[in-house]
Amino acid sequence: MAARSIPKLAVWKFASCDGCQLSLLDCEDELLAVAGAVEIAHFLEASSAVVEGPYDVSLVEGSVTTPQDAERIQEVRRVSRHLVAIGACATAGGVQALRNFTAVDELASVVYAHPEYLSTLESSTPISAHVPVDFELRGCPVDRRQLLEVLSAFLRQRKPDIRTHSVCIECKRRGNVCVMVAHGTGCLGPVTQAGCGAICPSFERGCYGCFGPMETPNTASLSAALHRGGMDDGTVMRLFRTFNATAPAFEAASRAEEKGAERR
Amino acid sequence: MHVVITDGEVTDVRLRIYEPPRFFEALLRGRAFTEPPDITARICGICPVAYQMSSCQAIEQACGAVLDEPLRALRRLLYCGEWIESHVLHIYFLHAPDFLGASSALELARDHRDLVEKALRLKKAGNDIMEIVGGRAIHPINVRLGGFYRTPTKRELRPLAERLRWARDAALETVQLVAGFDFPDLEIDHELVALHHPDEYAITEGRVVSDRGLDIEVAEFLEHIVEEHVAHSTSLHGHIIERGRYLVGPLARYTLNYDQLPLVAREAATQAGLGRECRNPFRSIVVRAVETVAACDEAVRIIEEYSEPDRPAVPVLPRAGVGHGASEAPRGILYHRYSIDDEGTILEADIIPPTAQNQDAIEADLRKLVTANLELDDHDLQHLCEQSIRNYDPCISCSTHFLDFTVERR
Repeated sequence: MAARSIPKLAVWKFASCDGCQLSLLDCEDELLAVAGAVEIAHFLEASSAVVEGPYDVSLVEGSVTTPQDAERIQEVRRVSRHLVAIGACATAGGVQALRNFTAVDELASVVYAHPEYLSTLESSTPISAHVPVDFELRGCPVDRRQLLEVLSAFLRQRKPDIRTHSVCIECKRRGNVCVMVAHGTGCLGPVTQAGCGAICPSFERGCYGCFGPMETPNTASLSAALHRGGMDDGTVMRLFRTFNATAPAFEAASRAEEKGAERR
Repeated sequence: MHVVITDGEVTDVRLRIYEPPRFFEALLRGRAFTEPPDITARICGICPVAYQMSSCQAIEQACGAVLDEPLRALRRLLYCGEWIESHVLHIYFLHAPDFLGASSALELARDHRDLVEKALRLKKAGNDIMEIVGGRAIHPINVRLGGFYRTPTKRELRPLAERLRWARDAALETVQLVAGFDFPDLEIDHELVALHHPDEYAITEGRVVSDRGLDIEVAEFLEHIVEEHVAHSTSLHGHIIERGRYLVGPLARYTLNYDQLPLVAREAATQAGLGRECRNPFRSIVVRAVETVAACDEAVRIIEEYSEPDRPAVPVLPRAGVGHGASEAPRGILYHRYSIDDEGTILEADIIPPTAQNQDAIEADLRKLVTANLELDDHDLQHLCEQSIRNYDPCISCSTHFLDFTVERR
């Protein structure tokens, strides 16, 4: 009987902070087991050895912000059997997608003396805007337990068990007192996808939406509640427009706040 | 990286950083003064606490807020967690494999599983601090202007102390291990710059000092340091006005603040053969290990002395003004400056990360190294250069695992 070949794993970085791929190295208890189950064929944060593709699973971190990267992601797709986008940058453009709401030349001239030296695109876009993606794992950063779950699922060719309900469910499960009801703290938990374990409310802080919108979120209702709690338009707008600013449901909510401010 | 050799002489060395620009300083304009700790953390997933601490400090200064002592200690504890996590990552995952002839820690694990398991457990001790004090290991959520959202109870911290005592021993073993590596000779002559605090090994705050007489308040930073944008890199190059290149990071901290290291770290340094100063960048791995000992020791001390603060944060109210903050990120000084209006809207933001400050020094070292090793073929020369870049643990450590190396021999 022929030995079953060991699946090849690759990790790729686009515009990002490296935090999501670091989540894999932060699996201190499981890392050596992972390294035993797959061939880590391309992971520059962890190894200088590079094995040629094709790869069975590619984890892609970061968003596309330069013309070179727009080409590179096509190549990554070509050499990857399964492509999993990890983190807010790869799934929604990340915090650098705030550029999409303004003119990029102006931004460049604020930071750099010679913007003409730069090569950059007008917008920061998720991986799915460029190539078909087999799965999107949310989070800024991703949760390492969820990352292991997705990795195991793809290696065993089953569907990842990643829930798309809201952070509220996680708060209930942890027995947290609702920060919004009890303390009037503004919280995006009711419209944000679970996965982090409701960390912020557990620390008496409102959720700030790093996992992006849940499935079918009611952002209008939450915005109204945030206003009733005393938040002004600008604050509500910024809350939706930070780490997942161009995720469609959050973008619509922040644009609605902008219009609301103009009307009032 | 591009090297030009003309008639047997090195005429140009350029390290091109290809991180796509993300425009953080521009995107912060118009945001609320409470937001930079969360937003700027996203500049680096490996050292988010540094960004949180420098930004908080700058804005608190602009608003005239002063932290209660227990809150200050708690911030230092969180920062120790980041130092441990980041240093151990660099020592074992990025740097040690170079000396041991392996491509990665994972390859190392095949022959030395115990060693790598211990390294992972040591790294985890740092992450445990980040999770218990900060809420999570990457991009902690519990940091806010004035302090924290919720401070840990003594009961929550207690199990940490035990793990950190183990970690201190593991860090001491790490010092011994890395001290035995074979180090190429290289003596640098860059000006060394670090924060300095009279009572502690400076991490969260201090004056900016150098080995050539610089001694200034953080607020005077931009009067002495300028950043230049060069065509070949998206990372700006910093230098000291009228003096030129300088170096921040472990070598600078160790050399300038040796006396403030805890005793256990100083003893470990002596046993490892380090003097009071260290100017060989290849030995920076030993200094990082010594600093890991210091961070574990500090963390244990802070937890032992911890009493639960009366309030999780002091109030920080907006007022028009400018504030400066600097702290010692694992890779060196991280400077932030904010200008805000009386409602707390950010008008301007300046951020100078350590790698930008070290860029000129790294290029100068590479030039020296290439000059001294011209007889090597391109492949060996590339390996030596990669190793040399990793000495500085630049934020591009991972990209230098696949250095695009070109030599032009004219």
